[in-house]
Amino acid sequence: MAQYMLLVYQEEVGPAEQAEREREMPMFVELHRSLREAGLLVGVQRLHSTESATSVRVRAGETEITDGPFAVTKEVLAGYYILDCADLDEALKHAARVPAARYGTVEVRPMMPADEWLRVSREAGADLPDEAVRDMA
Amino acid sequence: MSVHAADPVSAAVAHAFRDERAIVLATLIRQAGDFQLAEDSVQDAFEAAVTAWRRDGVPANPGAWITTAARRRAIDRLRRDRSGANRAERLAELTRLEPPDEEELPMDDESTIVDDRLRLIFTCCHPALAMPARVALTLRTLGGMTTGEIARAFLVSEPTMGKRIVRAKRKIAAAHIPYRVPADDDLPERLRAVLRVVYLIFNEGYTATEGDRLVREELCEEAIRLGELLCRLMPDDAEVWGLSALMLLHDARRAARVDPGGRYIALDEQDRSLWDQGGIREGLARLERAVRLRRPGEYQLQAAITALQIHAPEAGATDWAQIAELFGALVTLNPSPVIELNRAVAVGLADGPAAGLALLEPLLRDSTLEHYQPLYAAHAELLSRAGDTVGATLAYERAIALTGNAVERAELERRLGALR
Repeated sequence: MAQYMLLVYQEEVGPAEQAEREREMPMFVELHRSLREAGLLVGVQRLHSTESATSVRVRAGETEITDGPFAVTKEVLAGYYILDCADLDEALKHAARVPAARYGTVEVRPMMPADEWLRVSREAGADLPDEAVRDMA
Repeated sequence: MSVHAADPVSAAVAHAFRDERAIVLATLIRQAGDFQLAEDSVQDAFEAAVTAWRRDGVPANPGAWITTAARRRAIDRLRRDRSGANRAERLAELTRLEPPDEEELPMDDESTIVDDRLRLIFTCCHPALAMPARVALTLRTLGGMTTGEIARAFLVSEPTMGKRIVRAKRKIAAAHIPYRVPADDDLPERLRAVLRVVYLIFNEGYTATEGDRLVREELCEEAIRLGELLCRLMPDDAEVWGLSALMLLHDARRAARVDPGGRYIALDEQDRSLWDQGGIREGLARLERAVRLRRPGEYQLQAAITALQIHAPEAGATDWAQIAELFGALVTLNPSPVIELNRAVAVGLADGPAAGLALLEPLLRDSTLEHYQPLYAAHAELLSRAGDTVGATLAYERAIALTGNAVERAELERRLGALR
């Protein structure tokens, strides 16, 4: 078993087109219910539009706060899923079921388990005790 | 290959490398669950074989010896490397396979070996990997090519090719790209993806005019070997046989395609006595086997077209009507302006230039073909046959302006000169 994050990217559209997408929500609900019943759904969230995004950078000790997403792109992150899957093939199959995949893009990323995170950081020289694994992910 | 056959032991190792490496590697990847570990361990085992076989003699079953040695190397590596992911499970799985005493385990039966190589092909050609990575990984793991050889064949530096292969292996591990033959509902599509990789390897070796000729021939040979392996592993798929036939039929004409000065020779001008008749017979037999399965597909159609071109005792006697019909079927199966173009040329040769020009008309208006040199070369050829010298001159000039290849340019200029 491995965990995958499905990042849903889509264009932010005008009110009429958005209304059309909202009317498709029963399809999302159906998908989420089916994923949950199959025991695969770890988490799912929809994000507010990038109009509401604020980006934070700390440079030379100074915190810079800017209005907007980290990069201005045509398709933006609109939501995500976290799924338990046997392998990439299964994750890709579920990604194709996300209704937004028909007009946007679903990026599938394997999530790094906490013990791997600990191992990778230690190999690079980080000073971390075994119990740090509980706080890593 | 990294082993030179200077003495009997080296020859035995080289022989085992060629015949057994992919089999041993495919099985160890499954058992160890890790591409890199398996590959390093198999490499170690071949290196150890040189010394051990020189000391103890060549074993009766070199494949079994390499399998056992590679598995033990993998266990050693896992024991030394205390940090690896899932180390405990992988060690348990590998040590479970160790016989209690020193006697050899019986070899896996043929079906397990076959499955492992099939798994390996499907993983290397997984659509989640970029095409260049699929090609490189397939040649590296299933073919016997070194990273340096693959780099030379694809005209990139060895470090670039090395990074490409390492990155692909890391993605397989991190993203859990499965090591298995896809389920029935995915199988047809995934098999098409595998065949595309094999055909791309073949074409890279066959059509490119740049690069080291020997390495390019090796690409053709690797692709043909992979095609043969697929025929053995998936004998019920018609397209597997179709692709194998297509590659053999093309390859049989390799010696006739280039003159001693390196100039490309078009099919209708090739010296047919240079064609490899054994290769042609084998290709035709495979095409027949494909057709008997009654599942037409694009490789079978292309192989059938090639077979018709070869079948004619001389270029002038080619059955263009039937070739045009096959191109028609190919367009229906796989609509593409390039195939439309080939069909127009075949119709022009079968039914006269006017019929071909009529089919070419919409393609000349297609903006995707605006810079496609073969379109204007074909247009020029048909116009010239129709007696329109002025139109043919203009079309040749356009084709010449579009070609970046010196050999092609010389050929087009020769044809343009012949008009006057």
